[in-house]
Amino acid sequence: MDLACPHCAATWGRITALPARLAFRHFPVASKHPRAPALHAAAEAAALQGGEPAFWAFVDSIYRDPGRIDDPHLWERARSLDLDLARFDADRRSSVASERVRRDFETGIRAGVAGTPAIFVAGELVTGDLEAAL
Amino acid sequence: MSLADFRGRTVVLVFYPLDFSPACTDQLSVYQEVLPQIEDAGVTLIGISVDSSWAHRAFRKQLGLTMTLLSDFEPKGEVTRAYGAYLEGVGHGNRSLVLIDPDGVVRWVHESPTPAEIPGANLIFDALAALAPGG
Repeated sequence: MDLACPHCAATWGRITALPARLAFRHFPVASKHPRAPALHAAAEAAALQGGEPAFWAFVDSIYRDPGRIDDPHLWERARSLDLDLARFDADRRSSVASERVRRDFETGIRAGVAGTPAIFVAGELVTGDLEAAL
Repeated sequence: MSLADFRGRTVVLVFYPLDFSPACTDQLSVYQEVLPQIEDAGVTLIGISVDSSWAHRAFRKQLGLTMTLLSDFEPKGEVTRAYGAYLEGVGHGNRSLVLIDPDGVVRWVHESPTPAEIPGANLIFDALAALAPGG
């Protein structure tokens, strides 16, 4: 998933409503969405401080309000999750966050991802109807 | 600039339908992300479509593409047709990847079943690995 991708945002509401366990993989496509790498690093920073609950909440907040993705909006989201702002800012600029995002991206490339959203069910890329694949 | 200018280098030609189409935008955006790794392997990636050089210029600027885009505009689709990737009656090329060695010999080709199917960059890396010494 690309956190700056409008198609991903549209898909997010559908996949989170499905009776399925989700595993999120970062796939920011910077040339198409220049803000994407910063958003993915911020989601990882939320996870570094608040664990999985903060990660999912952060991702959900981005997809449900995709028009507000500048730094002040990210700080606002971090505050709403009770994250320490100074640490959040340091973490999202850290190599730990960027390397995690890049690792996911490389995994996606190796799996043949060529656009977002790319959804895998039981290890197979879904090219048709998602509900039918489930 | 023409294909002949790249003789002596390993080249991956990326035939794609049209600048700015949603699928082509996805495809070239993702390839741009892995371009440094491809270039680090000593390989030159070149996009080709039937668009004009002016369309290519705008497309490159919009996406921040650094790869070369060649225009197969006039005679329309001549190069694409020569590589068997032109979709007659449709007016543009299919999605096709062609790996050419430094001697100008085609070593690998992947053509998508339909233009809607974007070949992942993994196919390029797999092809390069298979052709590497000991691959």
